Amino acid sequence: MEFISQHPVLVVSLVKIAVLLFIVMTALAYLTWAERKIVAHIQSRWGPYYVGAHGLLQPLADGIKFLFKEDVTPPVSDRLVYVLAPFLALSLALTAIALIPFGPPDVQVLGQSVFIVSNLDIGLLFLFAITSIGVYGVALAGWSSNSKYPLLGGLRSSAQMISYEVSLTISVVGVLLLAGTLNFNGIIKGQEGYWFHFIPRWHVVPQIVGFLCYITAAIAETNRIPFDLPEAETELVAGFHTEYSSFKFAMFFMAEYANMITVSCLATILFFGGWLSPFPDIWRWQLFLPGAGLLALGAYCAWDTVAEMRGIARIQLAVVTLLMLGGGAICLIPPVAAVIQGPFWFTAKVLAFLFFYIWLRGTLPRFRYDQLMSFGWKLLLPVSLANLVITAFVIILPLLRHG
Amino acid sequence: MNIPFILFFVCALLAVAGAVMLILAREPIHSALALVLVMMSLAVLYLLLGAEFIAAVQIIVYAGAIMVLFVFVIMLLNAGVEERTDFSKIAKYAGLPLAFFLLLWIGHWLAHAPAGAVIANGGSAPTVAFSTVELSKQLFRPYLFPFEATSILILIAILGAWVLARKEE
Repeated sequence: MEFISQHPVLVVSLVKIAVLLFIVMTALAYLTWAERKIVAHIQSRWGPYYVGAHGLLQPLADGIKFLFKEDVTPPVSDRLVYVLAPFLALSLALTAIALIPFGPPDVQVLGQSVFIVSNLDIGLLFLFAITSIGVYGVALAGWSSNSKYPLLGGLRSSAQMISYEVSLTISVVGVLLLAGTLNFNGIIKGQEGYWFHFIPRWHVVPQIVGFLCYITAAIAETNRIPFDLPEAETELVAGFHTEYSSFKFAMFFMAEYANMITVSCLATILFFGGWLSPFPDIWRWQLFLPGAGLLALGAYCAWDTVAEMRGIARIQLAVVTLLMLGGGAICLIPPVAAVIQGPFWFTAKVLAFLFFYIWLRGTLPRFRYDQLMSFGWKLLLPVSLANLVITAFVIILPLLRHG
Repeated sequence: MNIPFILFFVCALLAVAGAVMLILAREPIHSALALVLVMMSLAVLYLLLGAEFIAAVQIIVYAGAIMVLFVFVIMLLNAGVEERTDFSKIAKYAGLPLAFFLLLWIGHWLAHAPAGAVIANGGSAPTVAFSTVELSKQLFRPYLFPFEATSILILIAILGAWVLARKEE
C-alpha cells in the first residue's frame, strides 16, 4: 500500500498497461477472424465456420495451434538475432499503442486519465521514434535466418519501409502545422467545432491531400496489400518470416496486425478528430448511439441464434447475444453513456479504417517492385512535400500581410 | 534510491556495454546492433535530463534512419565475419595506459563540471524547462542562420550523392 501511495503514476500506469494489453491482444485475435471473414465474403466464400458459431472460436484455436507447433530454428541461423527479431517486432508494435488516447483526458481515476496510458508532450514524435525502429524486426529476421528468400524479403522490406517512412512523416507535418502541437490530446482538441454548424472541423478537410498520402504510405509501412512485397508468396515463399515457425511466426503475425491498429488510430487522431463525435453536442440522442447499436447487433444475433444455429453453435451464439444485449443495456444508462462516448467514436473510426484495410486486401493486386519504388519516390514524396509547402504558405500568409 | 537514479545507471551501463560490444563483435550486424543499443541508451539518458525532443530525435535519426541504412547496406553486401589480426605492440604498451589515463581525466573533469554535479545528485530535476516549443523558438530566432546553413549543407550532400549515383548517359 505504501508503494502505491508513493508511486501513484507508476502503479496506475501498470494497471492501465495490463488492461490495454489484454484488450489489444483480444482485438488482434478477432482482427484476424474479421479479416478472414470479410475477405472470404468478398471472394464469395464462407471463411471460418466450424470452430464456434460463425468461426468465433477460430482465433483461440489458432493461438493454441501456434503454441503447440514445433519451433524449428535453422541450425545455420544466427541464434541470438533470430530470437530477438520477432520479440523486437511485437514489443515495438505494442509499445506504440500505449501512446494512443482512446478517450478524453478528463475522465479520471486517482487523478490519472483512464483512456490514455501515456500522455506525452511529444506524443507524435515518440510514436514515430518507435515505428522508425520497427524496421529492425523485419530486416534482422531476414538476415538472421541465413537463407536466400528471407534475405531478399528482408532487403526489399527494409528498402520499402525506409522509402515510405519519409512520405509518411512529411504527410503528417501539414496536420502539425495546423494543430501547433505534438501532443495527441492537443491535436484532437484543435479539431473541435464545426464549419457551417454541421461539418466537423477535422483536419481531413483542409488536409485531404496529406490524408491520402498518409494512408497510402501507412499501408506500405505495414506491409499490406497492395504493398506486401516483403512477403510476396508467389516469388519469395513468405519473405522475411519464411524460416520462422510456431509462436515466433505468430509474433510477426501479431506485430503486423498491431501495426495496422496503430496506423489506423493515428489516422483517426490526426485527420478524423480522434474521440470527438461527428455530430454537434446539442444532438442529445447520440449519447444513446453505442447502446442502441449494441442492442441492434444483439437483436440480429438473437434472430440468428433462433433461426439459423443448431446444436452447440446455438449455445455459443446465445452467449454472444446475451453479452451484446447486456452490454447494450448498460451503455444506455446515462452516466455510462456519457463516459463511453469518446472511446465509442474512437473505436468506430478505427474499425472503419481497419475495414478499409481488409477491403483493399480483398480487392487490389500487388505492385511490382520497381513500380513500388518509383511510386514512393517520384509521386508520393513530391505530392506530400508540395502539400507541406502549400499548407505552410497558407498559414504564414495572414502573418505576412499584417506584419 | 529513486527510479531515475536507477534508470540512469542501467542505461549508462548499457551504453558502455554496447560500445564495448560494438568493437569486440566479429559479425558486422552485431556491431551495428550494439551501436543501436548505445543510441537507445543515450536517448533514455537525454530523457532523464528532461530533453524529450532531443531524445525522440536521437531515436528517429540515429537508431531509426542512419543505423537502419547501416544494417541495410551490411545485408545488401552480405558482409562476412571480420578477420582479426594480432593486437599491435604500440596499442598494447602505449595505447592502453593512455586510454586509462584519459578515462581518469574525463571522470575527474566530469565530477567537477555542472553537468556532472547534476548526475551525482541523482541525475534528475532539470533546472531549465526544455520544452519543444522553447527549443523551436531558440532554433528559429537566435540560431536561425546556423540552422539554415546546416540544412543547405545537407542539401548539397544529397545533390552530391545523386550526382555520384546516377547512370552515365
